Amino acid sequence: MAPALALYRTSVGKKVVMALTGLILVGFVVAHMLGNLKVFTGGEHLNEYAEFLRTVGAPALPYGMALWIARIVLLVSVVLHIVAATQLTLQDRAGRPQRYAYHKKQAATYASLTMRWGGVIILLFVIYHILHFTTGTAHQNYIHGDVYHNVVSGFQVWYVSVIYIIAMVALGAHLYHGVWSMFQTLGLNNQTWNGVLRGIAVLTALAVVIGNIALPVAVLAGFLT
Amino acid sequence: MNVTLHVWRQKNATSPGKMVKYEAKNISPDTSFLEMLDSVNQELIARDEDPIAFDHDCREGICGTCSLMINGLAHGPERATTTCQLHMRSFKDGDTIYIEPWRASAFPVLKDLVVDRGAFDRIIASGGYISVSTGSAPEANSVPVPKDASDLAMDAAACIACGACVAACPNASAMLFTAAKVSQLALLPQGQPERQRRVLDMVRQMDSEGFGHCTNIGECSTACPKEISMDFIAMLNREHLKATLSKK
Ligand code: FES
Repeated sequence: MAPALALYRTSVGKKVVMALTGLILVGFVVAHMLGNLKVFTGGEHLNEYAEFLRTVGAPALPYGMALWIARIVLLVSVVLHIVAATQLTLQDRAGRPQRYAYHKKQAATYASLTMRWGGVIILLFVIYHILHFTTGTAHQNYIHGDVYHNVVSGFQVWYVSVIYIIAMVALGAHLYHGVWSMFQTLGLNNQTWNGVLRGIAVLTALAVVIGNIALPVAVLAGFLT
Repeated sequence: MNVTLHVWRQKNATSPGKMVKYEAKNISPDTSFLEMLDSVNQELIARDEDPIAFDHDCREGICGTCSLMINGLAHGPERATTTCQLHMRSFKDGDTIYIEPWRASAFPVLKDLVVDRGAFDRIIASGGYISVSTGSAPEANSVPVPKDASDLAMDAAACIACGACVAACPNASAMLFTAAKVSQLALLPQGQPERQRRVLDMVRQMDSEGFGHCTNIGECSTACPKEISMDFIAMLNREHLKATLSKK
């Protein structure tokens, strides 16, 4: 515990926390995207998969237990990720109280400069997403347990689909810089591996965006009914 | 050629400053940027006004004393070039040029374009050295150094501590500087005895000076007159993580 606390006290260590929680969250996002693709194998498969997530580990684990463990791990990761990001952002703000009258950027990418607001957009989206598909509160036609129906009827509302597509683009940008940044923070980047690690970041971002956007697009196109 | 300058003027560390407009007339394109400022200063002195204060020393691109944010870019528009090595041919006749000091709370402005970079000295003092017993110098070849390690250490050691990385960073982070200084010693056999303590102490000092943190944006390397690679930041992260986890 002592090394972890010593680490967290430094800016470099806070980034390690962001990288490790980021790794957990990226892993979840990729797995979630792969699970989503089950929708293309038919409603029954998707609903079975959703039920499977609740029965994993049975009989050792009671019904829904594994799912709740995963949710708690994710929630803790999200909180740590945001707390560290907020503390570091405040440190940066204090680092340059007086702005330049004239400042040009040469190397910064759009993705790297929008990590903070992009992160806020993703957080708002996650809250909406849970209210929409998990609790059904924000869904106009929610049937508990019928995931396939909820997905298709949810995305048939065009502006809901638009919200999801925009959120996925924001997530893609966050992952594009975040995944690469994670490698840098964990000290993995060097001349030999930079190309490969960049490639992994690009592929992760593209896979998540394309895989997830496929759902609302397929529903709007009338491919899934 | 003629150029219009907007220069940050600030009487001292405590007074507020502002951008002031000057005209630089009949400047040869072969004049260096600092000589252009010298000639503006000559006119100011002739008019009995306070000349513009700016830092410079070697004017050969090796000491790291010169600075200046020129049109929003640290050391101006040329890559791998310090301000003292920048020439007016990099600009066009009639250009407007904005000149500001490095901006970071860890680099307080002392006067006009001069900032206090003592924070860098304190980072070095916290660990950027090796301890050796004094006496006659040992035989240089008695400590073998692998060629690739010495090459990489030299790349890091090219850092002249000018502060352009901090100035260019959107977060005013000193990671590139600190990383170069940690890496140059971590790569060499002479740096091993203090390797762990060095990175921990230097990072702690860097944080306590009030610099921002690194979001891996890369403005630092691009602005760096010595083109220090961001890979050294990864090396610092690696050193720091290892040192924290293995510290007794
Ligand atoms: S004055 Fe020495 S590097 Fe520019």
